[in-house]
Amino acid sequence: MAPRAAWRRRLTRADEKASPYAYISPFFILFGVVGLFPLGYTAWVSLHKWSLIGGQGAFVGLKNYTDVLGQPYFWNALKNTVSIFLLSSVPQIIIALLIAAALDSNLRARTFWRMGVLLPYVLAPVAVALIFSDLFGDKFGLVNHLLGLVGIDPVQWHKEVLPSHVAIATMVNFRWIGYNALIFLAAMQAVPRDYYEAALIDGAGRVRTFISITIPQLRATIIFVIVTSTIGGLQIFDEPRMYDQYGLGGADRQWQTLTLYLYQLGWTQKNFGRAAAVAWMLFLIIVIFAIINFLLTRRIASKGSR
Amino acid sequence: MSRTTRSGDRFGRRASARSVALATIAVGALALTACSSSSGDTSGSTQAGATSASGPVTLTLATFNQFGYEDLIPAFEKAHPNIKVTHKKAATSNEARDNFFTRLSAGSGMADVEAVEVDWLPEMLQYSDKFNDLNSPDVAGRWLDWKAKAATDANGALIGYGTDSGPEAICYRSDLFKAAGLPSDRESVAKLFGNTWDSYFAAGKQFSAKSKVPFFDSIGATYQGMVNQLEAAYENPKDDSITATENPDVKKVYDAVIKAGITDGLSAKLQQWGDDWTASFQKDGFATMLCPGWMVGVIEGNAKGVKGWDVANTFPGGGGNWGGSYLTVPKQSAHPKEAQELAAWLTAPEQQIAAFKKVGAFPSQKAALDSPDLLSFKVASFNNAPTGQIFADRAKAVTLSPYKGTHYFAINDAMQQALTRVEQGSSPQESWDKWVNDVKALG
Repeated sequence: MAPRAAWRRRLTRADEKASPYAYISPFFILFGVVGLFPLGYTAWVSLHKWSLIGGQGAFVGLKNYTDVLGQPYFWNALKNTVSIFLLSSVPQIIIALLIAAALDSNLRARTFWRMGVLLPYVLAPVAVALIFSDLFGDKFGLVNHLLGLVGIDPVQWHKEVLPSHVAIATMVNFRWIGYNALIFLAAMQAVPRDYYEAALIDGAGRVRTFISITIPQLRATIIFVIVTSTIGGLQIFDEPRMYDQYGLGGADRQWQTLTLYLYQLGWTQKNFGRAAAVAWMLFLIIVIFAIINFLLTRRIASKGSR
Repeated sequence: MSRTTRSGDRFGRRASARSVALATIAVGALALTACSSSSGDTSGSTQAGATSASGPVTLTLATFNQFGYEDLIPAFEKAHPNIKVTHKKAATSNEARDNFFTRLSAGSGMADVEAVEVDWLPEMLQYSDKFNDLNSPDVAGRWLDWKAKAATDANGALIGYGTDSGPEAICYRSDLFKAAGLPSDRESVAKLFGNTWDSYFAAGKQFSAKSKVPFFDSIGATYQGMVNQLEAAYENPKDDSITATENPDVKKVYDAVIKAGITDGLSAKLQQWGDDWTASFQKDGFATMLCPGWMVGVIEGNAKGVKGWDVANTFPGGGGNWGGSYLTVPKQSAHPKEAQELAAWLTAPEQQIAAFKKVGAFPSQKAALDSPDLLSFKVASFNNAPTGQIFADRAKAVTLSPYKGTHYFAINDAMQQALTRVEQGSSPQESWDKWVNDVKALG
């Protein structure tokens, strides 16, 4: 009897220990196939001369990387990517927080407003980009027309660097603010109401409660949103690609982002080796940015909560 | 408070693991798309032997935009009871190009008959060994010489059967010409434009002295018309080496178009197909443009309600062609014989004239150019211009099939950007230098 009971006990213990891993394994198997393998394969491609059609060529070591790093367009694309990322992510998160706070208060027809902020997210990014690039036309665009009404000279949206970044960031913000606001709203509703009541009794105003209670309580969510928008922001593609009819990021590469540059290398120049090298560098850049952002926000927010 | 903080920490750690996972997935997805188009080089030729006379054969035909084949396919099926045709249509030529090259590199998935646009024909000619040679006594001499020559590879294999073409004339606004006190009927305007670029630009100066409207739409588009008249603009036809930056003719064209468009102020500084360009048709944006046959339809669409467009039967510097397509039969096809039959039938003059009447795709077949059906064709919204006759004349004026090699697409793209930079205020020399660097980076 005794050994059998021991066997059963061991089985139970093994079940407890191993089963959770078995349950989550489908994700990791799938991830291995569609995530990890391509990642490794891209690294392999990046070490070779490799043409879109012709396929694998000679092994060249890190030459693709040094080639790309030696191209001014790579650095230009990196600069543009960071600039568009900052112009989109920073206002996006701040505005989303404010909208969430507004939606969290007592509103009439609450569901209507909440659905309303999500609407832009439902639209296809390409459709948004088509409409916005029409609005931001240099000569006959609506935005310049409106600026003209208040006496401002037309802005060269497709010619100058910063205006083009602002226009593209506007599309990104239009699409993502509502989505992020809803995530913030969900987190805000989980904040225990006692805190607010206590603060009210202590005589704190609206702004004070927002800064001292809401924001610290939302820390985890804010970190999540910042990290995901970092990843999305650094990979921005649809909007700059659709911003003019050529899709290469402007005649002087004013708004060519890293993904556009990658696309141009891979599909216009058919140089897969270099494109794969850019893909890997983009990956590393995103990881670095995500870690920096994560550490920064954790720092700032935990200071606030203590 | 301490409990919440701890749980916050836990979430924070999870978020960090997640961030890395998400980043990995995201880049992985990017890498995946990068790889899906490069896997291997095997062709689907293993099935090629499966063709047999017995049993019905199903062919797929892949086209884009408007080829005008909808009514023709049932007729073909009727004449060939053994063959069924499935027609797949992509919305744009770019979409078709992406599909085409992705499936070509994947080694499977191509249609039995694939339509190819002349813009990416040079790219696909590099891989001409992946396509069937369609030379056959039945079709010898069917097309205008330059049309067939462009689809013939270095070994003399005919890779594609020509469908339509884009012989160029000049479209102009007769009302704006009249307002400027210039002749406005199409014969006199053709004389005014003359048949050299100098005379065309001189007419522009005459026009702009009396009108505030810019003379032509874009230096990029005008450059394209000029550079297409160079026999080998960017690459050496013998070994495909890049000669673009040292070719004095390219520099000459570059300087000439900038002098006319920027220094003399003839250009509206628009980029073709851009939103501003499209909108400018409604706002008297410019008075003339280089105009292949199919552009008439584009202008009609963009300039709805604007009266005064007309076509002058001339083109500076000889003839010019912009656009047009071919039908090819990839070696991936399991039924190359039947596929070739379909391609030959569709590109016969009778069928191509039917397509022209339906969607305006101008035929590239010699016999079609003399057909009374074609020659009597007129466009009401263009002041009843006899476009059939005009573009048939223009097609016969094309003599040259410019050499376009491996890097043509990328070099020409960079050149278009260089010209756009000049229109946006860069100095011509600075922009040229940048172009030279771009071309060097291709190697």
